[in-house]
Amino acid sequence: MASIKVDGTLVEVPDYYTLMQAAEAAGAEIPRFCYHDRLSVAGNCRMCLVEVKGGPPKPQASCAMSVKDLRPGPNGEPPEMFTNTPMVKKAREGVMEFLLVNHPLDCPICDQGGECDLQDQAMAYGVDKSRFHENKRAVEDKYIGPLVKTSMNRCIHCTRCVRFTTEVAGISEMGLLGRGEDAEITTYLEKALSSELQGNVIDLCPVGALTSKPYAFNARPWELNKTESIDVMDAVGSAIRVDSRGREVMRIMPRVNEAINEEWISDKTRFIWDGLKNQRLDRPYVRKNGKLQATSWDEALGAVAARIKKAGNKVGAIAGDLAAVEEMYALKGLLASIGSGMTDVRPAMSGIDPSMPRSAYIFNPTIAGIEDADAILIIGANPRKEAALINARIRKTWRAKNIPVGVIGERADLTYTYDYLGEGFETLADVAAGKGSFGEILAKAQRPIIIVGEAAVSHANLGKQVGRDVIALASKLANGANVAEGWNGFALLHNAASRVGGLDIGFVPHDGGVCSADQIALAGKGELDVLFLLGADEYDMSAMGKAFVVYIGSHGDQGAHRADVILPGAAYTEKSGTYVNTEGRVQQTARAVFPPGDAKEDWTIIRALSGAIGKPLPYNSLAQLRSAIYAEFPHLARVDEIEASDFAALTTYANATIMTKSAPFGSAVADFYLSNPIARASAVMGECAALAAGLRQAAE
Amino acid sequence: MRASQFVNTLIMKEFVSAFFLAMRYFFSPKPTINYPFEKGPVSPRFRGEHALRRYPNGEERCIACKLCEAICPAQAITIEAGPRQNDGTRRTVRYDIDMVKCIYCGFCQEACPVDAIVEGPNFEFATETREELYFSKEKLLANGDRWEREIASNLAADAPYR
Ligand code: SF4
Ligand code: SF4
Ligand code: SF4
Ligand code: FES
Repeated sequence: MASIKVDGTLVEVPDYYTLMQAAEAAGAEIPRFCYHDRLSVAGNCRMCLVEVKGGPPKPQASCAMSVKDLRPGPNGEPPEMFTNTPMVKKAREGVMEFLLVNHPLDCPICDQGGECDLQDQAMAYGVDKSRFHENKRAVEDKYIGPLVKTSMNRCIHCTRCVRFTTEVAGISEMGLLGRGEDAEITTYLEKALSSELQGNVIDLCPVGALTSKPYAFNARPWELNKTESIDVMDAVGSAIRVDSRGREVMRIMPRVNEAINEEWISDKTRFIWDGLKNQRLDRPYVRKNGKLQATSWDEALGAVAARIKKAGNKVGAIAGDLAAVEEMYALKGLLASIGSGMTDVRPAMSGIDPSMPRSAYIFNPTIAGIEDADAILIIGANPRKEAALINARIRKTWRAKNIPVGVIGERADLTYTYDYLGEGFETLADVAAGKGSFGEILAKAQRPIIIVGEAAVSHANLGKQVGRDVIALASKLANGANVAEGWNGFALLHNAASRVGGLDIGFVPHDGGVCSADQIALAGKGELDVLFLLGADEYDMSAMGKAFVVYIGSHGDQGAHRADVILPGAAYTEKSGTYVNTEGRVQQTARAVFPPGDAKEDWTIIRALSGAIGKPLPYNSLAQLRSAIYAEFPHLARVDEIEASDFAALTTYANATIMTKSAPFGSAVADFYLSNPIARASAVMGECAALAAGLRQAAE
Repeated sequence: MRASQFVNTLIMKEFVSAFFLAMRYFFSPKPTINYPFEKGPVSPRFRGEHALRRYPNGEERCIACKLCEAICPAQAITIEAGPRQNDGTRRTVRYDIDMVKCIYCGFCQEACPVDAIVEGPNFEFATETREELYFSKEKLLANGDRWEREIASNLAADAPYR
């Protein structure tokens, strides 16, 4: 600890603190542009100048000088710093004048206007005149991809974007060329950034040099309604803020959640909003003479009810990637009322068994816990595509501690170096037996994390046993001899937001029901009369035979094309839904806008349907539905918390007999930008996907 | 009292004085103007019908910064913006003023950084229906083209005092 006086108040701070952190601890505000908590210190904007006593007799950059750089006084008095003296004021005014020397007068046409650090700090710390009368410099705008728009005249060379892309995103594709007046931020070759986290530079850039291209000129920050919500594009559940105007979502921004996304979000999360306006199902449809025709709610519900009454209990339900707990619970209740237990939320042939304890299907070490790991093994997953922010955490840990990372499965650029161990089950069996150098590393590790991807647990062609064996071997690895007390390194990485919630409420086959793949097979054979698709689009629609398919969802995708009746539902920005992320953390979305047209919140559709078949479900409002859910599954009531999972229950799997001999592991997400119906409806995501495909081809 | 009243009645004093008053006004110069054919003077600061101006080269001035929309106390202005098709510059897609809501305060023209939205000297834009008072971008630009000369000279006249 070191003591320092900030503007006369004595504070005790750790001695590795910078002067800026010490000032913050003392409650003094210091303006800044280049400093950012989560990036390295650059010290090149000079906005954070302070006066010090016990150091050089000139203004000091407080972000780049640490407390222990200052000497105590002759009698051992603590060093002092000042943030409000005339010297500091003059220094800030001078720096601001220099920053504005080459800054264009663009505020009215600048998308940063209204939320610009430079505007705000020029008002607070600048002067109203400039002594510069020459021409301002002009810099050509750069092309850096379809997501980020550049306006390089406005750049103040803080290099936050460069540091973010190299340090957090792990791509060395941006840099600062030239010096003095010729300094320019560039991607060297005028090519698109290849990171799936690139959108974050928009938030990081303190000025309007990097702005959002799809959102260009669409709205001003002061006209937007801000709704705090969570993301459902992957199973990470990043904290987001949905900015809407009227009935439209205008943009999506990240919120800080240290436990999950820190303050980054992936590009799919950020730029998905145009998909919320396209391809929407806004009216009920019924198929008549082979053609889907728009109709009224009464008729659509009547048609479904008539079929259900005829079908008896030969009714199945498959929940898709974006379904919330509420609608799955209601649908499960509806099916139970007609005596069917055919519900499933898992992809085809998943090894996750309904009988398994919760610890076998969640990311037990938690996302923040990745930072404590001392070895990571990734099995059948490409975390960069499946959960970009978990990948960013792994990279952060790898950078900080250089931990060994091993990969079994797809060989991909994960932005950190790893030991590629092999591509399939044989390798996993070897590693689990302690063979090879990585087997030894894991055997010695005290806090290993074994990340098991969906591609390793679901093998549509090879059957369920493979997945079960993978889970068994992974839990054996997570349960090595040296593992620290209380550490649970078994981490199942889901890639759909609905998965854990559905598993938690038992939206899996029960009471004689069968799994999703078998339901589709039964439908193909004509033994299943009605099949509900709750936003499920990732299944083989051609295999459903003559079954009467009811699609409840928000977007016209594969499922809606196959459907016999479409009941239009709400997207995640249009309802308050409970989602459980891959860690098992319960979170809720909030309604930012209303669903379009006649579309309704999904659970109300199911409630209305239950009335139409004469077996009304016992809840009439969201509050009643939620209390029913909470009564049955109390852990879902504890929003933002993770229910402690039972590791001992998982370790019993470690000794299961392994029957699989070999199986390849790929990655469950083929195209990061097109992994769900909303993304497929988005033009921006389509452009990114085409670009990424082009890049892949060029590389091959 | 009664006698003086009698005399006044006899000489029709009130009638005569009223007659002379009437005659005086009848022959004095008239303060009223023959309105549609004659008009009174209008200050260069007069805040009348809105117009969107163009630069001399025909380029519209408005850059869709939305400051007028933000400042308007009557919330009479609605703007939607986006990049223009041909060159990607920031332009309005829609610029509507509800002239029925407007209170002619002039804040919009004060807020405008490029003198695009102005309140011109025209006050004669009464319409038969309410709908005609919902001004669109086309209407406002047409106003600007029609009134540009007057608006420019008014702005020039007022410039020294700003
Ligand atoms: S970056 Fe900020 S100060 Fe610069 S033009 Fe944009 S809004 Fe204005
Ligand atoms: S583009 Fe923005 S973030 Fe990058 S150096 Fe310039 S001002 Fe900083
Ligand atoms: S004159 Fe005042 S009320 Fe009318 S549009 Fe302008 S700002 Fe709004
Ligand atoms: S914040 Fe210290 S130099 Fe930029």
